[in-house]
Amino acid sequence: MRAVRLYALTNGDYDPKKVALIQFQTGGGCRASNYIWLLRKALCNMGMEYVPVISLSFSNVEQMSGFKLYKMLLVKGIVSLIYGDLFMLLRNQVKPYEKNKGDTQRVIDKWVAELSAQFRKNKGLLGRALKKNLRAIAKDFSKIERLDVKKTKVGIVGEIYVKYSQFGNNGLEAFLESQDCEFMVPGVIGFFQYMFDNRQVDYKLYGGNFSEKIIAKFGSKLADMMEKVLLNTVKEFPEFTCPSSFDKIRALGEKVIDRGVKMGEGWLLPAEICELIESGYSNVVCAQPFGCLPNHIVGKGVIRTIREIYPDANICPIDYDAGASKVNQENRIKLMLAVAKEKADEEQKVKEAASK
Amino acid sequence: MKRIGLDLGSTTIKCVVLDEEGKILFHKYERHMSLISGMTARLLREVSRVFGNEEMLVALSGSAGMGMANDLGLPFVQEVYATRTAVKRFNPETDTVIELGGEDAKILFLTNGLEVRMNGTCAGGTGAFIDQMISLMDVDQSQMNELAAKHEKIYTIASRCGVFAKSDIQPLINQGARREDVAASIFYAVVNQTVGGLAQGREIKGKVLYLGGPLTFYSELRNAFDDVLKINGQSPENSLYYVAIGAAVSSAGEAVDLIKLAEKTENYSSSNGYVGCKPLFKSHKEYEEFTDRHRKNSDGIRISNVPNGEMFLGIDAGSTTVKAVLCDREGNIFRPSYLSNSGNPVPLIRKYLEELYREFPEIKIAGAAVTGYGEDIIRNAFHIDYGVVETVAHYTAAKRFCPDVDFIIDIGGQDIKCFRIRNDAIDSIFLNEACSSGCGSFLQTFAGVLGYSMDEFSELALYADSPVDLGSRCTVFMNSSVKQAQKDGATIDNISAGLSISVVKNALYKVIRCSDPSQLGENVVVQGGTFLNNAVLRAFEQEIGREVIRPSVAGLMGAYGAAVYAMDKSSFGAKSSVIGARELSDFTHTVKAITCKGCNNHCRLTVNTFFGGNKYIAGNRCEKPVKTEFDTVHYDLFDYKNQLLENYRKNVREAGKPTVGIPMGLNLYELLPFWYTVFKELGFNIVVSPVSTHEIYSKGQHTIPSDTVCYPAKLLHGHIEALLEEGVDAVFYPSMSYNFNEGKGQNHYNCPVVAYYPVVLDANVKSLKNVKYIKDFIGVHDRGEFVPHFKAVMKRHGYSFSTAEIKRAAKSAYNEYDIHMESLRAKAVEFMAVARKENKPVIVLAGRPYHIDPEVNHGINRLICDLGAVVLTEDSVSHYVPKFSTAVLNQWTYHARLYAAAKYVAEQKDLNINLVQLVSFGCGVDAVTSDETRAILESRGKLYTQIKIDEITNLGAVKIRLRSLFAVMNGENVEKQNKKESVKL
Repeated sequence: MRAVRLYALTNGDYDPKKVALIQFQTGGGCRASNYIWLLRKALCNMGMEYVPVISLSFSNVEQMSGFKLYKMLLVKGIVSLIYGDLFMLLRNQVKPYEKNKGDTQRVIDKWVAELSAQFRKNKGLLGRALKKNLRAIAKDFSKIERLDVKKTKVGIVGEIYVKYSQFGNNGLEAFLESQDCEFMVPGVIGFFQYMFDNRQVDYKLYGGNFSEKIIAKFGSKLADMMEKVLLNTVKEFPEFTCPSSFDKIRALGEKVIDRGVKMGEGWLLPAEICELIESGYSNVVCAQPFGCLPNHIVGKGVIRTIREIYPDANICPIDYDAGASKVNQENRIKLMLAVAKEKADEEQKVKEAASK
Repeated sequence: MKRIGLDLGSTTIKCVVLDEEGKILFHKYERHMSLISGMTARLLREVSRVFGNEEMLVALSGSAGMGMANDLGLPFVQEVYATRTAVKRFNPETDTVIELGGEDAKILFLTNGLEVRMNGTCAGGTGAFIDQMISLMDVDQSQMNELAAKHEKIYTIASRCGVFAKSDIQPLINQGARREDVAASIFYAVVNQTVGGLAQGREIKGKVLYLGGPLTFYSELRNAFDDVLKINGQSPENSLYYVAIGAAVSSAGEAVDLIKLAEKTENYSSSNGYVGCKPLFKSHKEYEEFTDRHRKNSDGIRISNVPNGEMFLGIDAGSTTVKAVLCDREGNIFRPSYLSNSGNPVPLIRKYLEELYREFPEIKIAGAAVTGYGEDIIRNAFHIDYGVVETVAHYTAAKRFCPDVDFIIDIGGQDIKCFRIRNDAIDSIFLNEACSSGCGSFLQTFAGVLGYSMDEFSELALYADSPVDLGSRCTVFMNSSVKQAQKDGATIDNISAGLSISVVKNALYKVIRCSDPSQLGENVVVQGGTFLNNAVLRAFEQEIGREVIRPSVAGLMGAYGAAVYAMDKSSFGAKSSVIGARELSDFTHTVKAITCKGCNNHCRLTVNTFFGGNKYIAGNRCEKPVKTEFDTVHYDLFDYKNQLLENYRKNVREAGKPTVGIPMGLNLYELLPFWYTVFKELGFNIVVSPVSTHEIYSKGQHTIPSDTVCYPAKLLHGHIEALLEEGVDAVFYPSMSYNFNEGKGQNHYNCPVVAYYPVVLDANVKSLKNVKYIKDFIGVHDRGEFVPHFKAVMKRHGYSFSTAEIKRAAKSAYNEYDIHMESLRAKAVEFMAVARKENKPVIVLAGRPYHIDPEVNHGINRLICDLGAVVLTEDSVSHYVPKFSTAVLNQWTYHARLYAAAKYVAEQKDLNINLVQLVSFGCGVDAVTSDETRAILESRGKLYTQIKIDEITNLGAVKIRLRSLFAVMNGENVEKQNKKESVKL
């Protein structure tokens, strides 16, 4: 991740003297909270210590910041999470089936342009305008012509960076597409809900600052509202699989792991695995960076428990690292897919036998 | 219609042809030397010839088959899946399959819920690993098996990663362990690696099938599996071909004309392409200029054919080679010798001396010194005058070629040693951790696997037009990367050049961790056998953008340095004690293995006895079995801490009281006094799990879900088992996101593993379901909040106490904890006073509280004491340092102590004090802390020394680090010595 960003500073596209970097910080107990410090160190080593690095966080780990977020920018940032999650959700469900290659991307491009234009005029951000946009986007996706073919359904969970970044996961999504899969990746809003939830659990477990708890509660409310807007839109289109609400995910997770586990992706990761399995994505890739400590606990650590609850779970933990080879990773995923395919074939046979 | 299945593995190709009924009509097994497409085409033609140009269904499998199947439009069958298909057909009653391949290990659980396991990216190859070991021991496959069959004992060899195992085996070989025992131990290491890494909590039982090359070829490996798993596994007929058979069975689509397919395969070049780097040499002229320049660098030192007056002998008993050399007073070289170490350096040196005495009976040896892993054994065997730390030997030698050298980098067969020189003293030392030792022997093994001699292989690299960019990564990853490059169509010469470049990058970016190669300094001397390879040398100069000096005797620098060292130490007319021609003719050497009964460690010792009764003992963790006189007093805070904790194990169980068990691991090493007191006050019997041993680890090994988590965490699985054996009512191991807040950082977290390991145990140790397992989330950082929360936790588990009772217990517990920390700190003050009075060096052996576990630290504390220093801990000095700002986020309590201790050490002026950081392998947090600790120490001109520890630790390498550190601490730098000597003269 850092490599990419620093590349952007040196490849000549930007004037480094006029650039500031923003790093989102969760402030949790895992080493990820140190990325910002490592980033500064790297800048120092490159002789670019003048490039400011701004910490964007809810935990105020980093107090210093020469940069005030304009309120409007903040609103736009938050709202774009809803749009982003919707795009990702629908794209993943439509693209593998599209009849005319490129249709899905065209819808996305169209809407990104449209939304950018609206945002510039401070429009499309709240209330009815937001809902209208979301519905129109979903409508456009639903109009894309799709083939009625069977694909292997794969869920992707993992450490938040490797999960989403194709640079971090060696083009996992492209590979799955090439293997005739449809994949589901849980959205970002859930991660925010999880973080606010953690604050409240912390208060319950250890006591502490009451006002922080109130703030967290407020944050939870806001994130829940965002989720509701998103899910309500998707529910209007029964052809799409609608993800479960955060409350449901949390309840599923509690069967597997205590909610006190809050570093990194914490309890959310196994909870998402359960949710994916329940939504029909019983083949799950769990992507984690090599040496990622929380994932010893919430990834590999609890797979056994998940299998006890869902014997059909076909979970494949993969370590991603700058040094890990793609062949190895893809080979493992192929194994998962072979098992998935066999299961599907068996189910098909059972179905055929039953219909006879 | 006939079906053909091709299994293109990492090192071999397997091919089968089946008829309609699935009967095997044809099979073939060959090493492909990476010429995968050519070899495949040849096999196809052969099949076509045998079956008269019949069209067949074709399917590919295996790690090298994926890309080819894609590009040739053939069906691909994932290999584990293929295995399973074949097993279903031939051995349907099988419960478990264990399959070892060239680089993969797989376990398939077929009954009671299908589960398939493949080795992690880190666990390394198994067949390739055995191949490496075979070349290390200089035997062939059948000899290896025969050796193992005759073993008497098994040494513990790291079972986690191949590279680790290798660095365990090397010292064993060097210390003279029996080759039979080493061979068998290698097989047992493979077994442990497979079981530990892949079983992950599932028991391997019932009908077990052994498949794949290694398990077919080595009956002793099968026996080792049988022995460890207490099973009687079978190696079926055609055990090499299961993947190919499975592929053939699953082949689908249309029949193919094999000749046409062979043509297509031959012309197949990958569609992907790869990332290339700059070629090493553009022209022959460039190459010649380069070699000329390097030849001139060594003009000052002659290599002579006859001895010249007083001669000095230097020996470097290294890991893969033994080097010996003599020099005269001018430093000119005589009889350089570079011998491959096939497991035992003693006969090599004996032969060297015999020939020397025979050819030059009149030779006068005035001094002799030895360095390297085999230092002790050689010194004892041949009565060598001096032993010298490798780093000092290398520096001594480098100075002869470049008096103002700033940086020395030595890449040998197995080690990378780099050190910076500041003020004529060795300043920073960088050694390769066992995890990234891709160096000389790696290149050599690779050349061998690809079917070339080392010289041919490096020759190929010189004019490669577009070397593969393989990055800088550890050996195991490199194997897969090369596979990938081959798949992408890289030619052998470009792979060879790419490997040379990667060796350099590995040293620069992984070992030295430099972000800018210019940091190395002006005058860089490169040495070690690997740099005799011009491709590596060129790649190094290109990477750092500067010309460097490679001495003509680059491969002999350790030995040469030792010889010069002996010369510096010996006055004129001295006579070396090295054994002479007559004694040499009577020389004998016998080796015996025994178990030391000196303490609970029960080290397995090898006793070497030489002519004249001289003994050398190896394998010991402490000096006890070696020293005859009574041990000198140790000032060891690790020991003291363990003694303090011992007080909490003395609790006698009383009838009628509930019994709670506390597993002794991770943060409980610090919190034991606290929790013990809480439960004591509340009227519990308390059982603390015993002191860790490898046996305890083995007890829990099968339930470890993640093979890359740190060893201290893995140990807990065994401790839980030990507690359950004691028959406790409850196991208490609370989850703790937060630690005590000592006000040193922005937060007071535990690391994720310490915080949540109780959760992992709950999910993976089935037997915990039989007792109350109290793993609830508890915080001790807020003394007020603790009471109601702890009360609720206890109530949840059926133990009701009043608030007053809990309050009282908590008060005593906090008090006990405070006293514990106080006594620790008081002891440190006492030790420091001793150090001042007796002028002893002080080492703050810094890590985490659980590093005092002897099974975790492998006795490194004692090793330091044996070297004459006082050992303190990070938590015994950190409280002196007020909160200060660090360059990284300071949010973990234990790590905040580490930074504070580093600052404390850095600021001491009147004390000879240094810090050594213990880092557990796999610790993601220490990736952050070690750089910061180094920065804090170096900002005040202190040395930073890091020791990586794991299940097994190469104490040889640790010793080098420590001795080098002590050489600097004691001001024993080369310059000063030389000056002293010259005054005397």
